[in-house]
Amino acid sequence: MIKIEKRNDVSPSIYFLTPILAIFLTLFGGGIIFYVLGFNPIEALKFFFITPISDLYGLSELLVKATPLCLIAIGLSFCFKSNNWNIGAEGQLIFGGIVGGGVALLFYGHDGFYVLPIIILSGAIGGMIFAMIPAVLKTYFNTNEILVSLMLVYVAKLLLDYLVVGPWSNPEGFNFPETRQFSESARMPILFDGLRIHAGIFITLITVFLSWLILYKTYLGFQIKVSGLSLKTAKYAGYKGKTMIIIVFMISGACAGLAGVGEITGPIGQLHRNISPDYGFTAIIVAFLGRLNPIGIIFASLIVALTYLGAETAQIFLQVPKYTGQVFQGMILFFLLGSDYLLFFKIKFLGLKKNEL
Amino acid sequence: MSFDLNFIGILIGAIMASSVPLILAASGELITERSGVLNLGVEGMMIIGAISGFALMIVTDNLFFAVIGSMLSGLIISIIFGILTQSLLTNHVATGLALTIFGIGMSAMIGKNFVGIPGKEFPLLFVNLKENIPFFGPILFGHSVILYFAFLLPFITNYFLKKTKIGLIIRAVGDSPTSASNQGINVILVRYSCILYGGAMCGLAGAYLSLIYTPQWIENMTGGRGWIALALVVFATWSPIKVLIGALIFGGITILQLHMQAIGFRIPVQLLSALPYIMTIIVLVIISRDSRKIKLNTPTSLGQIFYKEK
Repeated sequence: MIKIEKRNDVSPSIYFLTPILAIFLTLFGGGIIFYVLGFNPIEALKFFFITPISDLYGLSELLVKATPLCLIAIGLSFCFKSNNWNIGAEGQLIFGGIVGGGVALLFYGHDGFYVLPIIILSGAIGGMIFAMIPAVLKTYFNTNEILVSLMLVYVAKLLLDYLVVGPWSNPEGFNFPETRQFSESARMPILFDGLRIHAGIFITLITVFLSWLILYKTYLGFQIKVSGLSLKTAKYAGYKGKTMIIIVFMISGACAGLAGVGEITGPIGQLHRNISPDYGFTAIIVAFLGRLNPIGIIFASLIVALTYLGAETAQIFLQVPKYTGQVFQGMILFFLLGSDYLLFFKIKFLGLKKNEL
Repeated sequence: MSFDLNFIGILIGAIMASSVPLILAASGELITERSGVLNLGVEGMMIIGAISGFALMIVTDNLFFAVIGSMLSGLIISIIFGILTQSLLTNHVATGLALTIFGIGMSAMIGKNFVGIPGKEFPLLFVNLKENIPFFGPILFGHSVILYFAFLLPFITNYFLKKTKIGLIIRAVGDSPTSASNQGINVILVRYSCILYGGAMCGLAGAYLSLIYTPQWIENMTGGRGWIALALVVFATWSPIKVLIGALIFGGITILQLHMQAIGFRIPVQLLSALPYIMTIIVLVIISRDSRKIKLNTPTSLGQIFYKEK
């Protein structure tokens, strides 16, 4: 006899251990997939998860990729904690990139310490404004924020495409779909010579700290958490639900916008069609894997960033497509969500006792 | 004049062809959503269907196996979603996203050895009628059997949902799983079946792309059609007939931009491509502000986890 019971309280140790379980299951599952496709699973996994970070350059690349992922996921944690399903961080990232990139092109040829801060700020505002569309529609028209934020991702992608092909394309660029390279004053400072790691990491770390402060030390953070746990309680307590929806979307949009502007002023240095390899969607996995907790999200962003890097290495050494990283990203989320079952339910193995049947 | 008329006929035929994957995927997702399950994995299931169909066609050299196999593979991958959301009670949105991300990655891995291989010709029906009758010929004839099936499907779905007992049960489960469960309906079983059906239809939609529409395998070849299909279900306010109309509009936009590019028309192509998404948001705003309209067809329990105390 197996009996399944709902748990009343979730023990915090299991709560943070299941993500680790999920990671191990993902490695195992990935090994099986590699084996089925005719690779030596141990060797393939080594190329995927160890080779990429075995030198200084690789570690720097890991941080370059974790920087936007962590930033977006931190923003999303505000939304998810309060039960607002912002799925469109990718769109907010792109729109932040568009606004920031537009300002960078405006300041083309200008020198001055003020240029980069203005670009970064405008990128954050861009992402914020774009995230307010689903928030405002949700509060005033009761629309579903999942669908609206998702649809807007494609609107942002197409807008970017239009701009880099048309009005913003590089006048000396032989019709390539890209803008000019931004001036040096509009680029994130590089931290070490020869590596790509840039000052954007400080923006991420400051944001993580501020989020921790807001979520755990302020009344607003308390309100966000309560409305996530029970909307009814939040209503009885007299919290302004509509304002809060807009605030969490603004925070999350600003973070995604910052990530976008960090990418274009950091490693990319211009606008083109593919400024983000779906960071906005992958950050949803990061937010879940990190349990919506600022510290957890830092670790999760490093792990998920490794799947991006691993895919690039595996593409070179194993001739597998770069999309292979997504297999691991999808599996992590599958296993994580699945193992949550252990959190909320107890599985009891009972002997066959007559009086119990 | 007769040439112009024939050209318009060919244009309409092309619009119909481009709307087929949208109709198939959206009709499948519609059934899934009417049972109260929001599966954001449409894109992932479609691309898995596309590669499985193409790979099977190359390996077995049999189009029938390819089509059936693509449906089966869409169904199999949707089982993952079913087990997670229905048995392990995971969040629908996150699970669906994981399915799409996983599907795109997995299809690229499977398809590694199939890149660049030319496809096989898929038999088209009534080709001689297409050439002999002006205007109506290219509209009505010379299509694949899947196209004819796709255009019948919304009507079958409509009849199934409104007139049959199983359709009624699906709607009941979607609108109020608790009452349905109290009536003795096995909510989980119904939802599983609807998820699997949706998966099979998305797989077929993918196979249409890789076997007929552009007969070859290209990484990420669904190119966001899964998301458009998802938008389409909302755009159609969960009504099968409106899915057909919406698919023709969205498919028409795709064909229109190709031709406008050719003519050198000044409207940016990107604006046209963005129209389906913008229109869906507008429809969503219109139906959501009016609680009567949204109640009409929207499954009330959409995306909510159902758990029965045992």
